[in-house]
Amino acid sequence: MVLELDAKIPEGDLDTLWEKHKFDMKLVNPNNKRKFDVIVVGTGLAGASAAASLAELGYNVKAFTFHDSPRRAHSIAAQGGINAAKNYHGDGDSVFRLFYDTVKGGDYRSREENVYRLAEVSLNIIDQATAQGVPFAREYGGKLDNRSFGGAQVSRTFYARGQTGQQLLLGAYQSLARVVGLGQVEMHTRTEMLDVVVKDGRAVGIVTRNLITGEIESHSAHAVVLATGGYSNVYYLSTNAMACNATAIWRAHRRGAAFANPCYTQIHPTCIPSAEEFQSKLTLMSESLRNDGRIWVSKKAGDDRKANEIPENERDYYLERRYPAFGNLVPRDVASRNAEAMINEGKGVGPLKNGVYLDFADSIKRLGEDTIRERYGNLFEMYERITDENPYEVPMRIYPAPHYTMGGLWVDYHLMTNIPGLYAIGEANFSDHGANRLGASALMQGLADGYFVLPYTIGNYLAPMLGEPLVPTDDVAFTEVESEVTERTNHWLSIKGTRSADYFHRELGKIMIAHCGMSRNEAGLKQALIEIPALYEEFKKDVKVLGSAETFNQSLENVQRVDDYFQLAELMCLDALKREESCGGHCREESQTEDGEALRNDDDFAYVAAWEWTGDPGKAEVTKEPLDFKYVKLSQRSYK
Amino acid sequence: MDLTLQVWRQAGPNAPGRLVDYPAKDISPEMSFLEMLDIVNENLNAQGIEPIAFDHDCREGICGMCGLMINGLAHGPQLGTATCQLHMRKFNDGDTIVIEPWKAAGFPIVRDLAVDRSTFDRIIEAGGFITVPTGSASDANLTLVPKEVAEWSMDAAACIGCGACVAACPNSAAQLFTAAKIAHLSLLPQGQPERWTRVEAMVDKMEEFFGSCTNHGECETACPKEISLDFIALMNKDYMKAKFKNRRLVSQAG
Ligand SMILES: Cc1cc2nc3c(=O)[nH]c(=O)nc-3n(C[C@H](O)[C@H](O)[C@H](O)COP(=O)(O)OP(=O)(O)OC[C@H]3O[C@@H](n4cnc5c(N)ncnc54)[C@H](O)[C@@H]3O)c2cc1C
Ligand code: FES
Repeated sequence: MVLELDAKIPEGDLDTLWEKHKFDMKLVNPNNKRKFDVIVVGTGLAGASAAASLAELGYNVKAFTFHDSPRRAHSIAAQGGINAAKNYHGDGDSVFRLFYDTVKGGDYRSREENVYRLAEVSLNIIDQATAQGVPFAREYGGKLDNRSFGGAQVSRTFYARGQTGQQLLLGAYQSLARVVGLGQVEMHTRTEMLDVVVKDGRAVGIVTRNLITGEIESHSAHAVVLATGGYSNVYYLSTNAMACNATAIWRAHRRGAAFANPCYTQIHPTCIPSAEEFQSKLTLMSESLRNDGRIWVSKKAGDDRKANEIPENERDYYLERRYPAFGNLVPRDVASRNAEAMINEGKGVGPLKNGVYLDFADSIKRLGEDTIRERYGNLFEMYERITDENPYEVPMRIYPAPHYTMGGLWVDYHLMTNIPGLYAIGEANFSDHGANRLGASALMQGLADGYFVLPYTIGNYLAPMLGEPLVPTDDVAFTEVESEVTERTNHWLSIKGTRSADYFHRELGKIMIAHCGMSRNEAGLKQALIEIPALYEEFKKDVKVLGSAETFNQSLENVQRVDDYFQLAELMCLDALKREESCGGHCREESQTEDGEALRNDDDFAYVAAWEWTGDPGKAEVTKEPLDFKYVKLSQRSYK
Repeated sequence: MDLTLQVWRQAGPNAPGRLVDYPAKDISPEMSFLEMLDIVNENLNAQGIEPIAFDHDCREGICGMCGLMINGLAHGPQLGTATCQLHMRKFNDGDTIVIEPWKAAGFPIVRDLAVDRSTFDRIIEAGGFITVPTGSASDANLTLVPKEVAEWSMDAAACIGCGACVAACPNSAAQLFTAAKIAHLSLLPQGQPERWTRVEAMVDKMEEFFGSCTNHGECETACPKEISLDFIALMNKDYMKAKFKNRRLVSQAG
């Protein structure tokens, strides 16, 4: 069956489209809003901002997080900053430029209309956050400070030290806490959504598990919003927090929501390499380090000398050599792929030969240690804490790590999935970043969705439903899903195999990073599509989960997430296999320019691949939503 | 390295708890403390013993989810470091390490080393915010904030809400957590309108769950973000003032 996907993009000129559409959409009058119940799953930047805003408008909101508090969401870890086209520095920034940069940065695989709206509302986000008391960095005159980030040619990134995500999340969390305190939001912490309930084609609620008591419960609503974050942890080792997972969006997918562009993942070039086999996650070092650090390896493969024993003329500053114009500041995907190539040539550095050097010696000579300390002091300290090496004296070692997933649930212009009443916002949807996300744009998108888009668009869906009662939770639609969830949960405890879910997760991660990581090719992807289902079969027979389903049981939480990763991993490989072009973070080795650069194929692949669940992830069916570009000229990226 | 762990095991909130010995063998000094626990858990799982429950998530010192008493110290021996950032190279081969959960009446135990810190949310809900409904803000640069003030506010805002301050305090007081949030907001011009109601509401809520502060200063030492005791002084001053100001405001309103 081919899905009917209507992106519901309004007609009109780009720069007035959203304003006009806000006027055209149906409204729920203020007194009627309390007659609608909305469920928000996930309370990171996207979910907390949405839940707070919806409650302020008057909707009855129920919010859910598996964390013990909304303040723990993974958004807390974002370091660098958030973009907005404020043009406070008069350096030529504008809504159009931010829009243009984002479409181009996404390698022309996103919808112009969505991205333009994002750039437009970026202005309001900074106002909102500042008013909430987010302590953004200031200039001496008291105005907001900006920096340039991720290769942008204008200074549009707002930041709060190296803790921008933390401060923005606390702002959203505190707004949410206010309305929780007022009784306008029912907050469910340590509660994990394990399924979506669909009745007569509409989303009518969710089924959850209370992580402390194990109780499986149903919750009914007029609309359900998923704000559950990204799925980089499918690779096991990533920069994401340990508990980030794909379960919410995957379960929605299994209930009929299309999954768009699953193979678009971003591998961040500046992370600290693994130190041992039991490494549990990778730590990101801010991209800003590339402004002053020089990346190099030895010209000789298998060189065992220490960094400072390798003379200047035997070092290969490979980014500067290959990309004289951009040097160490090439985009994330280019930097990552080149690092991988060096390691594959046997030139990796460090005890496990799994890194490349990022060297500050020249900058320290040129600018002095104090300046470097002022710019990167906290990062250097973090690096030393983890590696026990002092980067003022020896070069840092870095290696790329999975970091962000551009793919996610397919949504229309209203951020609604193809299941009416089911919305996806933040990293959980696929909407705005195309095949590659620019630095400092994820925080922007999460908050744009939650504060300024969803609260408007949801009214358009709800308005005609005025007076419709909630589907009661004893309706078969709920009880059936509840028993499926209960059975599935108990099932894991009955397998009594020999190996932990973590073991299988680690093995799955190895397959994924090898074949569906920084660069991909047909043979590798086909290989992965054989290996993943085989490992999955083993997992289903041999996983060992102890304890009971009626208590706090972290192994039981984990095994269900790993189960969903297996299926998602297969879909990612399938999508990567079918996309026979390179674009953004998706590099198909078969599709490169003569210089070894990613080569797009706009004639055949300028579309969104929206996958439909068929019961077997390896046999998912694709529907193509064509992308057409009216305002941005498609060009081949070049960083020479 | 080979170590012996003495770990607090408790099956549930109301179950009795006790310290249980587990060996931790072949531990690499490169591992983080939590990775060491991962390995111990992997081994327990293989032996058919239920793994040790402990909270954690970001593993980079920012989410505030982790928190263990390690040899009697909140977050262990390294100053300014959350449990997840502590590495095994800070320990020696042959060491015995005692690992316990935060112990405070305000933080009931969920299981083993995991505790319930939702009382912190209650304190924030009472007043740890600036009221600004979405869409009602004016242009950000209309409010000037002196750089020093923004920096000072950020020092307080850096709190990760882990609860080490409470765990380290002989009275299980939550002054440092509460004061940090009050200072973050009340130092800024945006936070002025609600300054006096905020401090009263938050302090009163805090006192429902936590002990009182007798200026030991253990909280500052335990804080992984090295949040300063000065904020507590600021809170106390504001609280006293609020008692008068809020009454005056109410009487003005008639
Ligand atoms: C180390 C790091 C640094 C970054 N730095 C930057 C940066 O500088 N600038 C930038 O723009 N972006 C950055 N990003 C990306 C950005 O932080 C994320 O994309 C963004 O914060 C995601 O927000 P979110 O609200 O969509 O999801 P999250 O913050 O991940 O929140 C997900 C929420 O969903 C809940 N949840 C998930 N599943 C379930 C379920 N089944 N049931 C119940 N609850 C569930 C979780 O509890 C949580 O509350 C960074 C990312 C990383 C990893
Ligand atoms: S796990 Fe997040 S602070 Fe330690």
